[in-house]
Amino acid sequence: MTKKAWISLVAVLLGLAIIFAGCSKKEEKQESSQQEMKQSTQAAATPIDPNTVATISGAVKFDGTAPKAQKIDMSQDPACKGTNETETVEVDGGKLANVFVYVKDGLGDRTFAPPKEAATIDQNGCKYHPHVLGVMAGQPVTITNSDNTTHNIHPSPKDNREWNESQPPKGAPLSKDFARQEVFVPVKCNQHPWMKMYIGVVKNPFFAVTDKSGKYELKGLPPGTYTIAAVHEKFGEKDTQVTVGPKDSKTADFTFNASGAPAGGQ
Amino acid sequence: MTQAPPYNPAHHRFLVFAACVTLLLIVAGALVTSNDAGLAVPDWPTSFGSLYRIPPMVGGVKFEHGHRMLAELVGFLTIIIALWTWRAERRSWMRKLGFIALGTVIAQGILGGITVLYYLPAPISSAHATLAQTFFCILVSMTLVTSRTWMQTTPQSVEDRRSPRLRTLAVLSVASVYVQLVLGAAFRHSGMKLLPHLISAVVVTVLLLWTTTRALMNYSAIPQIRRPALAVLSLLLLQLSLGFGSYLTRVVWSKDAPQPMISMVVVTVAHVAIGAVLLASTLVLALQSFRHTSPAAEPAMAHATGTGKAVMV
Repeated sequence: MTKKAWISLVAVLLGLAIIFAGCSKKEEKQESSQQEMKQSTQAAATPIDPNTVATISGAVKFDGTAPKAQKIDMSQDPACKGTNETETVEVDGGKLANVFVYVKDGLGDRTFAPPKEAATIDQNGCKYHPHVLGVMAGQPVTITNSDNTTHNIHPSPKDNREWNESQPPKGAPLSKDFARQEVFVPVKCNQHPWMKMYIGVVKNPFFAVTDKSGKYELKGLPPGTYTIAAVHEKFGEKDTQVTVGPKDSKTADFTFNASGAPAGGQ
Repeated sequence: MTQAPPYNPAHHRFLVFAACVTLLLIVAGALVTSNDAGLAVPDWPTSFGSLYRIPPMVGGVKFEHGHRMLAELVGFLTIIIALWTWRAERRSWMRKLGFIALGTVIAQGILGGITVLYYLPAPISSAHATLAQTFFCILVSMTLVTSRTWMQTTPQSVEDRRSPRLRTLAVLSVASVYVQLVLGAAFRHSGMKLLPHLISAVVVTVLLLWTTTRALMNYSAIPQIRRPALAVLSLLLLQLSLGFGSYLTRVVWSKDAPQPMISMVVVTVAHVAIGAVLLASTLVLALQSFRHTSPAAEPAMAHATGTGKAVMV
């Protein structure tokens, strides 16, 4: 074999070695994420006196004319038979759905163990259900495919491990988690480009996602002063400060309008 | 100097075929990006765990896996090109070029795999797009130098006394189009803003108009220069229109679109494909400029002036 042929062969083998090194890197990242999850579950949850807990609740409203839902063309996959309108902006009677509301600040050094119960995402009608999901860092997320077509689930986080997996029709559920707080993690399907959802990952259990009523409720808060954030994928984030005493029940409403900036993670 | 072999029509036509398939592959790759189907097949080098099974070709998979199947065909054709050129060619640089093409397509495949394994990192995706067009240019060059016209026509070697020479303008044109391609790929794969690509478009337009005007006004009697110059001029105008259309459909109209719009897909894919053809045509014009023009000969004698400076007579 000539010298040049040897050099070419070595170059190709090096290229392959880089690829396999990349594969093992992904496994190392996965290991690291699992270790972080273990550590967060093993950290002692700070006890809260149930006799003093307070509640913050309210509604998220939309001011002005809401953009109309856009039509989706699902014809590229005959197996897709869902409702063909976008869920980006859902306004009903001036109330805004799919807003992620959470305690952004005020809990100090308190730590909270993530629940063992998994949150669920279902792919049905070639859409993700729910459109916005709230989970705790380290909480398992079970992903199911109820459609008669293959989907792929591709979260694109900034602070968490990125992954991309396909799921065959009625395939075995996937179980994943997000180790670090991040609001929002956008998720998309590369098979069906209209399929999008957002996951709010937080370190505490005080979060909610508004439904069509626009209402939210954060229960079990220890007395204190909190920054409550309401985040919408298109209209951005609104924050407010609320102070609650023992057994208090306070209201904090949010109002979005069409001029808001998109939320982080896009 | 190695003597050129006789014209080999079979070899030449195979190269033409391979270049056409490569252009189709560039279109297929552009369809993947424009349809946001880049990771529809999540694994590599297998597809859904298999090296040979064809998955259901629906949704994003039909673009991504279709692209992979065409890429395998191009790889296979390139192996044949490398071996056939090695056997058939007496020009040593052509024999090497065949293997350079093979190395390029292998590198291109590896880059494509890395984009899948590392979730479309912008520099790798941009490099993948750029190398695709580089490979296309290699095949077009090989096609040109194996053509009947190239092998059976004596070069005219017309003296070029102008400054800058046509050769220089043509080389600068190729370089500018290549830079424009890199900037376009970087924008398309979210690695860079649009402004550098727009500024570069002005530079490309000026250079190509200058080069083609020079070629058509002074060398129109040489069909090997006239034809690629006309092609470059036509493609430039078309590409500028497609560029404007891409901006409208992708940046303006698709801003809040829930999915890739068909108008955006068609226009942006055409912009990529015509960009490749424009680059290749500019390269052909450059190669033909070198073949059919020559620098002006140095004068035989010169006077020295009273100032001590030499003056051309």
